[in-house]
Amino acid sequence: MVVEQRGLEPGPNEASPHRRRRAGLVALVVLLAAAAVLSLVVGARSLTPAEVWQGLFGDPGTDQRLTEIALIVQTLRVPRTVLAIVAGLALGVAGALIQGHTRNPIADTGLLGVNSGASFAVVLAVSLLGLQDPILYMWFAFVGAAGAGVVVFGLSSLGRGAGNPLTLALAGQGVTVFLAAMTTAVALSDKQTLDVLRYWNAGSVQGVGWDVIVVTAIFAAVGLVLALLNLPTINLLNLGDDVARGLGVNIAAGRTIGVVAVTLLAGAATAACGPIAFLGLMVAHIARWLTGPDYRWLVPYAGLLGAGVLLVGDIAGRLVVRPAELQAGIVIAIIGAPFFAALVWLGKFRQA
Amino acid sequence: MSTQMHPGVRVGNWSWVWRPWIVLVTAVLAALTFLVFCVSISVGDFIIDLPAVIRTIFGQGERVDEFVIMDLRMPRALVGLIVGAALGISGALTQSIARNPLASPDVLGITGGASATAVFLVTVTSGAVVTSTVGLPAAALTGGLLTGLLVYFLAWRRGIDGFRLILIGIAVNAVMQALTTWLLALADIRDVARAQAWLVGSLDSRSWTEVWTTLWVTLALIVIVLVTAFQLQPMHFGDDVAAGLGVRYSAVRAVLLLCAVLLAGVAVSAAGPVPFVALVAPQITMRLLRTPVPPLIASGLFGALLLIGSDLIARSVLPNDLPVGVVTAIIGGPFLVYLLVRANVKRAA
Repeated sequence: MVVEQRGLEPGPNEASPHRRRRAGLVALVVLLAAAAVLSLVVGARSLTPAEVWQGLFGDPGTDQRLTEIALIVQTLRVPRTVLAIVAGLALGVAGALIQGHTRNPIADTGLLGVNSGASFAVVLAVSLLGLQDPILYMWFAFVGAAGAGVVVFGLSSLGRGAGNPLTLALAGQGVTVFLAAMTTAVALSDKQTLDVLRYWNAGSVQGVGWDVIVVTAIFAAVGLVLALLNLPTINLLNLGDDVARGLGVNIAAGRTIGVVAVTLLAGAATAACGPIAFLGLMVAHIARWLTGPDYRWLVPYAGLLGAGVLLVGDIAGRLVVRPAELQAGIVIAIIGAPFFAALVWLGKFRQA
Repeated sequence: MSTQMHPGVRVGNWSWVWRPWIVLVTAVLAALTFLVFCVSISVGDFIIDLPAVIRTIFGQGERVDEFVIMDLRMPRALVGLIVGAALGISGALTQSIARNPLASPDVLGITGGASATAVFLVTVTSGAVVTSTVGLPAAALTGGLLTGLLVYFLAWRRGIDGFRLILIGIAVNAVMQALTTWLLALADIRDVARAQAWLVGSLDSRSWTEVWTTLWVTLALIVIVLVTAFQLQPMHFGDDVAAGLGVRYSAVRAVLLLCAVLLAGVAVSAAGPVPFVALVAPQITMRLLRTPVPPLIASGLFGALLLIGSDLIARSVLPNDLPVGVVTAIIGGPFLVYLLVRANVKRAA
């Protein structure tokens, strides 16, 4: 990975890069807010911002049209908007974090088998235990995502954290194929399981209840706090393990906190929405391009970008095949894959 | 190993090194494959003993056996044999060209494209017309090949290199997977079950017509591969060395890659995307033969052995007729982890 020097060493006009980054952060928050408003307005039935406002805070009284609007806004649009922000934030931060820890520009929670681990666990839960309620099988998705995440992360850091990006990507592909075959084996023997699985697999932020969203948000919040605490350590770890140790970093503790944070964030997002690949990878690269290699800035940027991209992806999914919808996970894969291909083309994944 | 142990052989313009170990292992693999082939035919709703099976295969059997063996069981076993061989050789080629033990033809987009096409045809009602006129295998093959070409052209930038090829392949595959998932989410649940069964790879109910098409195409491709492949060896030293040794590496690579794509495409169209055979077979054969690169013929034999062996296990050991792809995945998954751990440990040392 190319480590750019820009941003690490204070230039002659010391204050300006920080100010620029702070301004960028504010701009991202503003854009995210705009996207959130758009997400409330757009859908199978378009509403005006005024109507949304009324639906949120106004008293519908006996007006049937207003009651309907309030229903749409409060039970459909608001939950999916909130979930898209929470999950996007979690996946963005997790993507940047996993790239920082593996020092591998291809690392992405979705690409490396975390998603397929979660699908496999969901299938097992539905078919063996007969769980039907998302809030119940969500826990299994969480465990599956965490398990697969730890396996892939472990495999990728066995060689002193300097895994070949290509091998890591192929490993993720292989793990995915294996788990997908197992998932199908279980799903084929049970039609009901197959039915749950095929919707879950598409990766959607729609139709998820507040109970699931609250649990997701709690996990993501814990993961986020750990991630933020981990940021200075990642900067030092990226100087190389020996240098980091010399500077007094507890390497084992640093990596463990990183793994736990990534698992919590990616696990929570995947459990709630289903598999969403490429998001973390995409926003981590955009964030690196915007901020430079300092993870204290890179990670917050990646988080905000993740939330924004997932939200916009969800909105786009509502618009392209109206009145039907394209699930957000599919939109993100269709945007993310060409982005990934472009990075390959530009030679961003060459290992130094 | 010293050169004295391996005397050179020269016939006219051709010369090669006589390596008894490789010949021996290949012969043993061939014998083993034939044995498992016969056992696979003998096991079914009722068991026909092995001598009777072998007699019937060579045309000396009794009427009753002949019907059951030649009409019912033989096509399935033969398709398994051919598909396994095609996958093994295809994998050996891909791994050689990409110079990475984890590269398999799945990465080249064939599987993803064929799957998306097949699922589209199975689930969308207008697909029924295509399925009935062209047939699902042919349509899936077309989809797979088009996707393979797409990967190839997207990865082309002043020549093909293994690194770019694989990553572009992963990206294109991801899009195909997303499309497949979307189609499955839209479709009727009965179609979904049918599509899902196709997606793991299965050898159920094959006919002789399928055997013949698959056989001829595969044989033709294998001949092309073997004629071209003697130039493959120098390519493992890198493009510069290969060019220095007189290999026109772009052309050779293009031909072999196309053959790998076609072989995998034929296999996928005949049996669905059976996972891991193309990944595992060349790697195990390489270790058995103690060669530095995946050997072609032996990989094909081992692929065939692996596939019909897995099919045998799927039919006789596992409950409720699981497709063969599940067994190859159970075998291949742990092997993949072993390869990864080995690769990483080697790098760390």
